[in-house]
Amino acid sequence: MPADGGTKKTILVALGVCLVSSIFVSSAAVGLSAIIDQNKKIDRITNILQAGDIEYANQDPEQIFTEKIKSVIVEIESGNVADEANLADELKPENFSIMDVTKNPQFTSSISASNDVAGIKTKPTHMIVYEVLDKEENVEKYILPIYGKGLWSTMYGFIALDKDLQTVRGITFYQHGETPGLGGEVDNPRWKASWKGKTLYDDSGELVLEVIKGQVDQSSDKANRQIDGLSGSTITTRGVDNTIEFWLGENGYGPFIEKLRGGA
Amino acid sequence: MWKKYKDLLLDPFFKNNPIALQILGICSALAVTSQLKTSLVMSLAVIFVLTFSNLFVSLIRKHIPGSIRIIVEMTIIASLVIIADQLIKAFAYDVSKQLSVYVGLIITNCIIMGRAEAYALQNPPGKSIMDGIGNALGYSFVLLFVAFFRELFGSGKLMGFTILQSTTEGGWYPTNGMFLLSPSAFILIGLLIWMIRAYYPEQIEEE
Repeated sequence: MPADGGTKKTILVALGVCLVSSIFVSSAAVGLSAIIDQNKKIDRITNILQAGDIEYANQDPEQIFTEKIKSVIVEIESGNVADEANLADELKPENFSIMDVTKNPQFTSSISASNDVAGIKTKPTHMIVYEVLDKEENVEKYILPIYGKGLWSTMYGFIALDKDLQTVRGITFYQHGETPGLGGEVDNPRWKASWKGKTLYDDSGELVLEVIKGQVDQSSDKANRQIDGLSGSTITTRGVDNTIEFWLGENGYGPFIEKLRGGA
Repeated sequence: MWKKYKDLLLDPFFKNNPIALQILGICSALAVTSQLKTSLVMSLAVIFVLTFSNLFVSLIRKHIPGSIRIIVEMTIIASLVIIADQLIKAFAYDVSKQLSVYVGLIITNCIIMGRAEAYALQNPPGKSIMDGIGNALGYSFVLLFVAFFRELFGSGKLMGFTILQSTTEGGWYPTNGMFLLSPSAFILIGLLIWMIRAYYPEQIEEE
């Protein structure tokens, strides 16, 4: 059994262990931070590309991202594109982190309980929107960040909207803690593919897309505005539905989309 | 001498398995075993942490004052876990997202603390390393055993490769959602304990 060497030794051993441990921990953290940051960045970029249904296999995602995608900052309340020069540093496109901004009380406002369908309590005052440009530099799609509560976790994702502002072009969730195999099937490529081409808004601009419980009846005239629910995950499915309802509704990107329609 | 080392390494598989006999480390065995890949990375992390925590604790065992031994062990374990976590984030980023908090929770894994207290504190470094690797492998064995069945029956895959084409992917196999939920790990571990104890009846507790 270890011997006791009095108070002095106790303190010395404690200090020694802490010192050595901290050297190890900090050198690991510092040494690996560059790789980890790069991983995070690539991960974010590939998720945006996936949501936008942009092919990036065998190519450098970063390069495609800079070529094809233009980031703009949108004021959620008014729907205006913000003037970057006047924005706080955290809100500038190159620094914009959805996680950080949406958790920072300085850049969020609370949502009244009746409007908080997605269960997120606060919403950001500004949000980053990615515009996918075609070869002539015209906007081809809009990629909008979304998030909302699932069963276990807040699900963070992107939804891509066609330039007609009615059709969904893709969806992806890049961070969630739903049960693998059940709610976690929000990652299922087949399910995600089923979103493509669905109608988000009808001609009058009303939000009509819904994620239903069970399978979509393909013969129904509503089939192109309904998404199959994930089997075995009622609450995750409802969460996705609510997330869409909130973010694409008047409290989310509604004003922004309204402005785009007006301008078109 | 060599036999002793061999026993240290192999006993924790069946004769003295940390999960199956000592019923330690159950929490992570439930949490990360829905896929083989996450279980494998988790196992590697535990092998790394347990081997080195046993080594370092054993190296300074004669200098650790009894009054602060637990916190000294915790400091060593926590540091190793942070390093393991950073390494996983740097070199297996996708898996690290799935493992999320569970790598950090290795700190509270009773197996690691238990081996430091029960073994490394009394034994020389060489034996302690063997004991560490052995117990970590025993833990890994259970994790991979559970994950194998959970991933195969739950999603029809192994290591992410499709084995049984599931109906959601247009195949014939209706996936069994129960295997993806934590309780199935309890059932599988229970069955494993039953098998091991049928083979080693001396492990059965007296009524």
